[in-house]
Amino acid sequence: MIDYAIQQVVNALSAGSLYALMAVGLAMVFGILRLINFAHGDVMMIAAYLAAFALGAGLPLEQAVVVMVVGTVVVGLLMERIAYRPIRGAPDVAMLLTSFAVGQILQNGTLLTTRLAGKPTLIAFPSPEALNGVVRFGSIIVPKVNVVSFVAGIVLLGLLTLFVTRTTLGLSMRAAAEDLNAAQLVGIKINRVVATAFAIGAGLAAVAGLLYAVQAGQINPYMGFTPVLKAFIAAVIGGFGSIAGAVLGGYVLGFLEVLVTALSGIGDLLPVGSVPPEVRSFLQQWLPSSLASYRDAVVFIVLILVLLVRPQGILGRRDQGDLE
Amino acid sequence: MLELTDVEVRYGNIRALHGVSFEIGEGELVALIGSNGAGKTTTLRTISGLLRATRGAITFEGADISRAPTDHIVSLGISHCPEGRRIFGRLTVAENLRLGAVSRRDTTATADDLEMVFGLFPLLKERLAQAGGTLSGGEQQMLAIGRALMSRPRLLLLDEPSLGLAPIVLERIFEAITELKGQGRTILLVEQNVHHALDVADRVYVMETGRITLSGPAELLRHDPKVEHSYLGVGGVAE
Repeated sequence: MIDYAIQQVVNALSAGSLYALMAVGLAMVFGILRLINFAHGDVMMIAAYLAAFALGAGLPLEQAVVVMVVGTVVVGLLMERIAYRPIRGAPDVAMLLTSFAVGQILQNGTLLTTRLAGKPTLIAFPSPEALNGVVRFGSIIVPKVNVVSFVAGIVLLGLLTLFVTRTTLGLSMRAAAEDLNAAQLVGIKINRVVATAFAIGAGLAAVAGLLYAVQAGQINPYMGFTPVLKAFIAAVIGGFGSIAGAVLGGYVLGFLEVLVTALSGIGDLLPVGSVPPEVRSFLQQWLPSSLASYRDAVVFIVLILVLLVRPQGILGRRDQGDLE
Repeated sequence: MLELTDVEVRYGNIRALHGVSFEIGEGELVALIGSNGAGKTTTLRTISGLLRATRGAITFEGADISRAPTDHIVSLGISHCPEGRRIFGRLTVAENLRLGAVSRRDTTATADDLEMVFGLFPLLKERLAQAGGTLSGGEQQMLAIGRALMSRPRLLLLDEPSLGLAPIVLERIFEAITELKGQGRTILLVEQNVHHALDVADRVYVMETGRITLSGPAELLRHDPKVEHSYLGVGGVAE
């Protein structure tokens, strides 16, 4: 039973890391520009395709990761330069619609490319050997990719924290998120700060994309939709615009999802004699194994409840954006 | 040093500045006074490039800056301490001051300027690790001025430094402004507290509904009937 719980915790941390890696990209951009970049999921999708291409071409994992991260960061920077910079300062709705358009262009561009290459829409992801298989800690068995996801999430988010608290560019980014005009008045180069936010967001999304693709085993041009939605929710729960909030929200979301999955059908899973029969039948009635298929619905209900109590998110402040 | 010629600024269809012209010489402390909505803050925001003039020219030391981006204007030597302080409340005092010097590369001189700011506002040195948002209003104003000084400006724009401050804190801020003037700095001061502004300023421009309507040495304007009537509360009209 303890083993089962530990395995689930690892799963939660793994899922949470992926959500957090995606959510911080959304949060950084929103913090500075008030732009909800829904194309962020498609940036992640591009990363998965770049990784599939690089791995398929026979590159070792390390080189494939470099190709993928560099390529994705370039896509992120181009997206900012071509689509978002010209409409900076436009009404929020205009920016939101632009992000949908960018997402469509990335999806259709990928679809077109796969067609031209004679590939089907859905392709199997050539998972590298290093990420396949399982890791055993005594009697606990978890997929290797989950452990890697968790470790990658912690390391990268730790580095991001160092960046935004220690470096001048990182501090400039936080200053711009707090008060864009005041940041301009002290001489911060806003274009540089915005480009940095997009570049870092794309780089983190790239790593998430690779790990997500390994977990799913397959990729398609529309695969970014669910992750960006989840990342958005994670960022909102944590307090939109805050990096720490996005990270926290990501892990909260991961834990909620795994909790729902782990508890569904728990009545059948408990060893015979470990609980009184009344308790078992109660659990079977209220936490049936079919609950797992309603995972997202249950999770979203919990999230709605969180927002009812704290509309500004867990780490958010009510005063956010007051000086606009 | 700074010269505005016939500057017009529009917010959509509304004209906020109707051809404003004035100049500031090296080492001068010039006050821009006028009632709410007269266009004082708009003027400062246009000088620092947050707003664009739809007509007219702004030159700083002979160079046209009316189309320059704000970060470039800062690196040329104009530092704008905005109305309402606008410090970064989630960053520490030390980080706020560090960002004030973001446009510079000369680390030794930056360290000297940090000491200069501590000399001006010793309180800031005790609050270095504190988040800016936890400071009192007066301390935040000190931080905002300190942050603006960290770029080692050749021209300092101060927008309403007395806004919302208790009288004793206000005195401290104006002492600091006098001290800065004594260092030979060039300052453009926007103030609604006309008494204090006239006390420290060399010259004064009076703005009304987007126009400069009066100008002259502070000493003279103090006794100008129009200024006394409108801004100094003499003759029954309180500010």
